[in-house]
Amino acid sequence: MNTRSQVLLWGAQRASAMLLAVCVIVHLITIIYAVRNGLSAGEILGRTRGSVAWGLFYAVFVAAVAVHAPIGVRNILAEFGWRGRGVDVLMLVLALTLVMWGLRAVWAVVS
Amino acid sequence: MTNGMSTLKVKIWRGAETGAYQEYEVPRQESQTVLDVVTYVQRRLDPSLAYRFACRVGVCGSCAMSVNGVSRWTCRTHVSKVAADGELEIAPLRNLPVIRDLATDMSEFFDKWAKARGRFTGATTRKDAFAQVKPESKQRKAVDAAIECIGCGVCYSSCEVVTWKPDYLGPAALSRAWTLANDVRDVAQKERLAAVAGDAGCHACHTHLNCTERCPKGISPTAGIAGLKRAILSATLKGEL
Repeated sequence: MNTRSQVLLWGAQRASAMLLAVCVIVHLITIIYAVRNGLSAGEILGRTRGSVAWGLFYAVFVAAVAVHAPIGVRNILAEFGWRGRGVDVLMLVLALTLVMWGLRAVWAVVS
Repeated sequence: MTNGMSTLKVKIWRGAETGAYQEYEVPRQESQTVLDVVTYVQRRLDPSLAYRFACRVGVCGSCAMSVNGVSRWTCRTHVSKVAADGELEIAPLRNLPVIRDLATDMSEFFDKWAKARGRFTGATTRKDAFAQVKPESKQRKAVDAAIECIGCGVCYSSCEVVTWKPDYLGPAALSRAWTLANDVRDVAQKERLAAVAGDAGCHACHTHLNCTERCPKGISPTAGIAGLKRAILSATLKGEL
């Protein structure tokens, strides 16, 4: 991977971290709010089903995770000596898997 | 005598990459430095002990060692500050090949300064007028923050990222690059930013701050590295790198 791409990956990880900070705070506040009268699947689905806003919010959350996590894992692997094109491709697969699983979960509660 | 102790128990690393600690007893003196202790051992107890020093007053940066697990300049480290229970364990700096005993091979450390383009590149000659740099300017202040680096290797030895990623340029070289990145007279800015960018450059820094914590000159290489990260991302987004 060329230096320019390495720098852009670093930038993408920082930008996604900023997004994640907001997403995690909103998510935690929602959890605290949601469990105030006990937690039930019905209550959660009542809030999320048909909600474009929650759908968009969690889609953005999933996108931020899919960008952030593989770059971090790539850095960790590099420090254990695992580097190169093979690892980069594996990280791309990890990113796509996270997107797929994440969006599937979002669709399950929104649709 | 200080603290009522008459002798120090001193363990010193003997050997190269493989070796063992050897124990010595050294008389305790008032205002004694760790370098005094090592010098006593070499001159009075065991002349075969290899170590490095020159100025003895914190200018040259050649006497850095690991003292009780912490990298320090030994000439400016008082025994009273570090000898817990009258015991000292002195080892060579980490992250550098050991030549013998307490002397490390610093080549790699300085080669990385060269790789990071830690050399001033000007465009003027001695016939040109002096550059005018305002002392209160932001860039001049950034230069002042790290210009006093003496290249002792304490930050490099304390850096965990260097341990895990041996090709990482390290805090000293990157701090030097940041100093030059703020030198308005320098004309190799793009080349320097390109040299210190990416996985083996400033973007590998985890911001552990070990270098900043340990620098005997009170410099924060971490701050310089953060500056480089921002400058390089900005240059990359503008298509300049």
